Amino acid sequence: MCLALPARVLALLSADEAVVELGGVKKTVSMALTPEATVGDYVIVHVGHAIGLLDALEAERTLALFAEMAAAGDAAAAAAQAQAAAPGGGA
Amino acid sequence: MKYVDEFRDGAVARGLAAAIAAELQPDRRYSFMEFCGGHTHAIARYGVAELLPPQVRMIHGPGCPVCVLPIGRIDQAIQMALDQGAIVATYGDTMRVPASQSLSLMKAKARGADIRMVYSAADALKLARQNPQREVVFFAIGFETTTPPTALALRQAAREDLPNFSVLCCHVLTPSAITHILESAEVRQYGTVPIDGFVGPAHVSIIIGSGPYEHFAEEYRKPVVIAGFEPLDVMQAVLMLVRQVNQGRAVVENEFTRAVTREGNLAAQAAVAEVFELRERFEWRGLGEVPYSALKIRPAYARFDAELRFGLGYTPVPDHKKCECGAILRGVKRPTDCTLFGTVCTPENPMGSCMVSSEGACAAHYSYGRFRDIPVVSVPA
Repeated sequence: MCLALPARVLALLSADEAVVELGGVKKTVSMALTPEATVGDYVIVHVGHAIGLLDALEAERTLALFAEMAAAGDAAAAAAQAQAAAPGGGA
Repeated sequence: MKYVDEFRDGAVARGLAAAIAAELQPDRRYSFMEFCGGHTHAIARYGVAELLPPQVRMIHGPGCPVCVLPIGRIDQAIQMALDQGAIVATYGDTMRVPASQSLSLMKAKARGADIRMVYSAADALKLARQNPQREVVFFAIGFETTTPPTALALRQAAREDLPNFSVLCCHVLTPSAITHILESAEVRQYGTVPIDGFVGPAHVSIIIGSGPYEHFAEEYRKPVVIAGFEPLDVMQAVLMLVRQVNQGRAVVENEFTRAVTREGNLAAQAAVAEVFELRERFEWRGLGEVPYSALKIRPAYARFDAELRFGLGYTPVPDHKKCECGAILRGVKRPTDCTLFGTVCTPENPMGSCMVSSEGACAAHYSYGRFRDIPVVSVPA
């Protein structure tokens, strides 16, 4: 029900409509709720309407944060393993 | 797909799981409720539940609009089609939800009711234009995400002065449902449902922003992290919640900054405010009547309100006696606690609403998790 996916705006048809592309599929959707969107922007499409814009910079920042957290997690896991393997360790 | 696949990377997910494990305090357990069905689906489908340390338990909340739709509302839609001869247009998700007298919209259609699946509220408007001699009723369900498109359709109908279009409005509101859960006896008095924090809605928050959650983070001292619907988003949100719990903080944080702001989508909010107003009470499946938890159509648009136009009364209908959807939606029980689960109740033949939508707790567990319930037994050679 809440399925909504990021799609790229290919062409603005009128004040209220645009053609968007998602994984090679093109679709005409309503832009009435995202009047500020322009060609090239990513919008989140839900039940035939763009309900919001996707901020590319913030997406990059989130991915960078994941990578940082995951690396810290891997390091912590490796340290715990090393401690467990060391003689007298893991107590 | 861009902005989808990057958020499903397995290696990063394992790293995040290790990061969560490293931050857990050894002597405590962490219970977080994911409010949205979209998160429930992601957790089951991508194995997030397996990746999380055993100390962390995810409780499935009532955030699947199909699951919380009570039988009485589906009965109203069926009545419109069977008794009033209207064309009822609705989203595909609602078609198989069980109603009274062993009916569903799908079964009513088999009995000759004119029920059409639409992708968008705008398609329901099209049906009204194409069938000027018939009444067309849009059976509108959903949370704040689906409400603005309905508002636009109503505005457009008024602009065109469409005489044969109306909406059976069953739109519900997220923040009031979360408050209701926090006020519930299970959470507040008995403590049978321990909730240490919430994974907040993704797409709903695109519309309403993260602001509306601030008051209950403050008032109920529960951390909320708004998260996207991809598996990495959910794991990052869990990490952020664990940190808040460990530090004794309870604030609203936003993991889904790529799409959610504090203010939300103002154009969408304006459209909704123009067309809808708060409903004093609305019945939710599993939660009962929740005050100010739904929307109704404003008097200025009354001629498009199917309930007024056709004098529809609302009759609450109890769920099947054995169905545990109510308890599952409140986080009191798990799908496997229900005797109907996986036996008489399956996604092909759902008895309760949690089995209907892929975002329902039962359907998610049936589709992706039920083999986990069977212990692996190795037979010596």
